[in-house]
Amino acid sequence: MWRDTLLVAGKDLRIEARSRVALSQVAPFGIVALVLFAFALGPDRSLMAKGAPGLFWVAVLFCTVLAVQRSVAVESVDGARDGLRLSGLDPAGLFLGKAAAVAAQLLVLEAVLGVGVVLLYGARIEVPWLIAASCLLGTVGLAATGTLYGALSAGLRVKETLLPFLLLPIVAPVLLAGTKIWQAASAGGLPSDGNQWLRLLVVFDAVYVALGIVVYGPIQESA
Amino acid sequence: MAPSAPSPSALTLRDAVALSGRFPLLAGVDLEVARGETVLVEGPNGAGKTSLLRVCSGLVPLASGQLSVLGLDPSRQRNRVRRRVGLLSHASHLYDDLTVRENVRFAGRAAGGDSRRIDGACDRLGLTGRLLKTGAGKLSAGQRRRVALAVLTARWPELWLLDEPHAGLDASTRATLNELIAEASASGATVLLVSHESEFVGSLAPRVVTVTGGRVTSDRWVGPGGSPVERTPAVQPDPAEPRATVAPPVPGLEPEPPARVTVADPDHRGAVTHVA
Repeated sequence: MWRDTLLVAGKDLRIEARSRVALSQVAPFGIVALVLFAFALGPDRSLMAKGAPGLFWVAVLFCTVLAVQRSVAVESVDGARDGLRLSGLDPAGLFLGKAAAVAAQLLVLEAVLGVGVVLLYGARIEVPWLIAASCLLGTVGLAATGTLYGALSAGLRVKETLLPFLLLPIVAPVLLAGTKIWQAASAGGLPSDGNQWLRLLVVFDAVYVALGIVVYGPIQESA
Repeated sequence: MAPSAPSPSALTLRDAVALSGRFPLLAGVDLEVARGETVLVEGPNGAGKTSLLRVCSGLVPLASGQLSVLGLDPSRQRNRVRRRVGLLSHASHLYDDLTVRENVRFAGRAAGGDSRRIDGACDRLGLTGRLLKTGAGKLSAGQRRRVALAVLTARWPELWLLDEPHAGLDASTRATLNELIAEASASGATVLLVSHESEFVGSLAPRVVTVTGGRVTSDRWVGPGGSPVERTPAVQPDPAEPRATVAPPVPGLEPEPPARVTVADPDHRGAVTHVA
């Protein structure tokens, strides 16, 4: 399984390195979204700093949809999905490989967007490791759910519009937990009951990674 | 306990019905192909030839009937079957953003092929020099076909399923393809070849199966000049196993009616219709 994971992740990342879709299209889209949020909030810097954590994660979710759509699209050309099915790769390895490639791209995008919210909104980061931990855990959950729902919508003619509709409500816990953790990190650390948000992300990741390992194969066969 | 002997049959379909939604792709196919055999599958467009290959590769499940591929049940041992079967279809299954070498390496490694065989396959199909570093998206249709063939050669499966393999290839690559098919057969691999261009297949396939309306309507052996040859099937059907002789009718895909020829009646008692 791990050999297949590395093989598929390597293939998807090589395709991204060649096409540079994440860096040349998705990242600029995220920055534009942050700028538009700033216009909507007005010139009040304190208001922008207060809303920065939530807006950061909303921008990350939008970028996730685009990254997942791209991950699905590369398998839609010239029967590549059938090629993958025929290769006899372990479906669990396939799921983990595709999710790992999406996660790697999302981490880069989050770094870019993180710099964006600090510069544009004047967001404060008192406890950087806490934000890094939430980004890491949130990214795993977003990549796992995105890959799963991407496969679910892959065989449908309306996949471009259906994917955000399916995915965004499911990843609401990541938005909520990520925002709360960033707010706590801005205030100097987690409140006494703050560990629950990190625990929520861990549980979310565990559920969707396990679910993906189990159901990705049957979903791919029926897509 | 002694291990069971491998099945002498590479492919067994019994009353196989496959559907796409409610549309029947196969309407009760009975076919037995022995290991090492090369079989040409022919038939009109839309007869179910491509569907037959997709069913045999495990891409399309059966709605009813039985299928055994290399002694395995594709519905239960999907991945084991797919690792041992290679399908050359109309699509090349290539990634446009990867180079030729990367595409062949990825597909070869995914199927467990070693690097030496992968490089050898590229050489064999003339994928050398600058072409190896060219992105698949920049290749012509014929070149894409060559890369897909290189992938198949790198994998060297036990069952080769070739769908119109000569289409879009130049004369020299067609010759290479025929050599590969002959080598695969000589090495004990089974080849199921769908083609409208029987002149390119030549004497590679001594057995010709005709598919019409989702069923096998003719199964014959041919000699070097295309003349029919009397021959006993390499795999004898198990007499204990019930075998459908007449496939049940599937709504929407009745077999095509036989051609009718109307000739004038010499006694002027009206036209007589003969079934050809």
